[in-house]
Amino acid sequence: MILYELIPFDVLRVIWWLLLGVLLIGFALTDGFDMGVGALLPFVAKTDTERRIAINTIGPVWEGNQVWFILGGGAIFAAWPPLYAVSFSGFYLAMFLVLAALILRPVGFKYRSKRDSITWRSAWDWALFIGGAVPALVFGVAVGNVLQGVPFHLTPDLLSVYEGGVLWKLIALLNPFALLAGVVSLAMLVMHGAAWLSLKTDGPVAARARAIGPVAGLIAAAGYALAGLWLALGIDGYQIAGPVVTDGPSNPLYSTVTHGGSWLAAYAARPWIAIAPLMGFVGILMAVRGLKAGREVSTLLWSKLGITGIIASVGLTMFPFILPSSTSPDSSLTVWDASSSHQTLFVMLVVTVIFMPIILAYTAWVYRVLWGKVTAADVTENSHSVY
Amino acid sequence: MDFGIIELSRLQFAMTAMYHFLFVPLTLGLSILVAIMETVYVMTGRPVWRQMTKFWGTLFGINFVLGVATGITMEFQFGMNWSYYSHYVGDIFGAPLAIEGLMAFFLEATFVGLFFFGWDKLSKTAHLVVAWLVALGSNFSALWILIANGWMQHPVGAAFNPDTMRMEMTSFFDVLFNIVAQAKFVHTVSAGYVTASVFVLGVSAWYLLKGRHVDLARRSIAVASAFGLASALSVVVLGDESGYTATHTQRMKLAAMEAMWETHPAPAPFTLIGFPDQEARQTHYAVEIPWVAGLITTRSLTQPVPGIDDLVIEAQDKIRSGLIAYGALMTIREQRDATPQAVRDTFEAHSADLGYALLLRQYVDDPLQATDAQIAQAAEDTVPGVFPLFWAFRVMVALGFGFIGTMAYFFWRASFRGMRFPRWSLRLAVIMIPAPWLAAELGWFVAEFGRQPWTVDGVLPTALSASSLSVGDLLITLTGFVVFYTVLFIIEMGLMLKYIRKGPFQDVEETARWVERHEHRLRTTDGQGPFAAPAE
Repeated sequence: MILYELIPFDVLRVIWWLLLGVLLIGFALTDGFDMGVGALLPFVAKTDTERRIAINTIGPVWEGNQVWFILGGGAIFAAWPPLYAVSFSGFYLAMFLVLAALILRPVGFKYRSKRDSITWRSAWDWALFIGGAVPALVFGVAVGNVLQGVPFHLTPDLLSVYEGGVLWKLIALLNPFALLAGVVSLAMLVMHGAAWLSLKTDGPVAARARAIGPVAGLIAAAGYALAGLWLALGIDGYQIAGPVVTDGPSNPLYSTVTHGGSWLAAYAARPWIAIAPLMGFVGILMAVRGLKAGREVSTLLWSKLGITGIIASVGLTMFPFILPSSTSPDSSLTVWDASSSHQTLFVMLVVTVIFMPIILAYTAWVYRVLWGKVTAADVTENSHSVY
Repeated sequence: MDFGIIELSRLQFAMTAMYHFLFVPLTLGLSILVAIMETVYVMTGRPVWRQMTKFWGTLFGINFVLGVATGITMEFQFGMNWSYYSHYVGDIFGAPLAIEGLMAFFLEATFVGLFFFGWDKLSKTAHLVVAWLVALGSNFSALWILIANGWMQHPVGAAFNPDTMRMEMTSFFDVLFNIVAQAKFVHTVSAGYVTASVFVLGVSAWYLLKGRHVDLARRSIAVASAFGLASALSVVVLGDESGYTATHTQRMKLAAMEAMWETHPAPAPFTLIGFPDQEARQTHYAVEIPWVAGLITTRSLTQPVPGIDDLVIEAQDKIRSGLIAYGALMTIREQRDATPQAVRDTFEAHSADLGYALLLRQYVDDPLQATDAQIAQAAEDTVPGVFPLFWAFRVMVALGFGFIGTMAYFFWRASFRGMRFPRWSLRLAVIMIPAPWLAAELGWFVAEFGRQPWTVDGVLPTALSASSLSVGDLLITLTGFVVFYTVLFIIEMGLMLKYIRKGPFQDVEETARWVERHEHRLRTTDGQGPFAAPAE
């Protein structure tokens, strides 16, 4: 008997769909506050010491957090190769923007305080701002486009061809609904960053974070509600036509897909998924209240709940679709036809089951060691060893 | 598919990968050297070792971030620029990349923050463990990425699935224990250790020439030369192992590196130098050493090493066999489940050569219509550029032996001549600093340029692997990366030089402060204070 057949192919596909969600949510919950702090930097911290306080709250942890993003890329490659191939080549220039912005961050953190010059430092502050705000915005824009369907088709050789000219491809991504999704994403991560700063700092930085955070939270909640309304009224969903084969070969062209109807039909078919948007609203509103009331740990946890709910709601609404195609619906990638082979999914699951608990354990230990607020004294006394 | 897109995509990959590898080898080696220094510090409690740990740790950090920053590009670039490759082999190639994230990146990235920020938050032993975990994480990362790269050189444990139009994994263990991957891993990490040793040696030699930080510099030389000697020996031995495995796995690359046009009767001679002429199929002004090539590549006196001409004829046969598989594949694709078993059997029998049929796609849309001339042309394409491979390989090997000599000399002076180094040797050590980077980049050039015309040897031609982008797309990102990376490189070098010039002075103050606070912990067993001169 073959070991990997212990778990049926379709079950593995659903597990890896869930793990994809876990990775994206893990990224948003950890690196999300790093990006939020970056985007907040010019607004919550005015003096050099204040900026160093804000930067040093994430200084020791951003690198580990960013691995959620890298691992996201690796896991999509390993478990959903067609998704990896189609999405990153399709969103080509948008990906380039994200990469350029993300590259600014490591360098900004490490190099900013290595010279005393004011020009040098303020240049890196802007780099950190871009490195936080741009990816947060672009990730939302990408999700907004995925919900509408993306203009690509697969040739019989399964080469992905994305329609549109060089710059037009980028401009077409910036349509109104996608921009709304981008604003939701940015606002939600800014709120998350504010919740983090409120926990990890005191004095003026924390006070400003507590003032800006609730505004960002309310924008995120309102934008999310508006996006839901828009999905109900103005955006068509996708359905698999004909019999759904859940354990067939991973060839998107083997199934027929129709474009029409509403994404929100999923809530009629599976009412329990309404828990995700509910979590989104409750989490954000509680985080807004917590920020105003000056509660620290619970606010961060509510913020995490809200983000989890919002991201999960997108995936649950679209299931089983992962990347629908607007110009050639039959090319759409779904959970049932865009995965790796049975054996690869199994091997990767075994590896994940072994390593994920270890990773979570040592990450928790590191956060515990670093527990406590970063103060002005910490920054000035250890001027040479901190960022 | 347009020719310009392939060339630009290759250029971009080569540029970003080689740039990334400016930082990786130093990270691999320096992480271990720093951990060794901290181990000595924890064992002896002497502040100078802490000072060394912190000083080299600072330089490690400046280098590390750029490795991380440029590594982000690498993780996503396959999908961006090589989407057909990603689809075609993602089922196998993606797995080691994901495991690298799980096993290596999380480890090094989570603990590297604590390494820099945890000095006052952790006990000495806990901090030492953190330093070793960072080193372990970076080295694990090399293991998994080389398993991925090894599979591109020698694709084992996989088969083509006609239903999904891609390669799929048949044995994870074959992929994991790929002989090419194992040899490459040890060769590459050893090269990283040599790089870091030469770096530490060179910077320390500069201090000795200037008469600065003598205490720190001498100890650093002692550590670096011992570690460097062992690593340089390992690099050459494992490089030889790579050559030996190539005898069986990548015969064309080997023949091109050695400019062996014809199959020589065993044992084949080794061409020390010469000017390979690909047109004329001969090497001008060749200086040959009898027997050596046969000995190195086959470790026998009787096995012949196949030459380029014979391998081209073999490639023609494989193309014809691949065409049979291609024809069967087209039938399977049309009839799907209704395909007669005989056709599936034919496909299985020839599917190993399918990639060779795909070589024809550059010349004709339907490979089944290819003429004999086109088949001959495609077979000719399997010969990579001989001249650059021949010379890149020789310069790399010469540098490798140079490292062994340098490291052995410094190790001898450090161990048996009381740490006295003549000024010429110190100057040489400073001049040597860029050499390991040159050797490493040349090594990658030999490995990857020598793999052409394939992205995955014998499986997928480079010409088919790229995304369906436009030249405009690629020009934007290529220009962007060149400008962006150049600026970052200038900034990095500026900071590196600033901190080397500055030296560990700042650390001295901090050490003094720290030592004052922790004097009771540092007192040696004979009751002496921490500032008592170490016995030498």
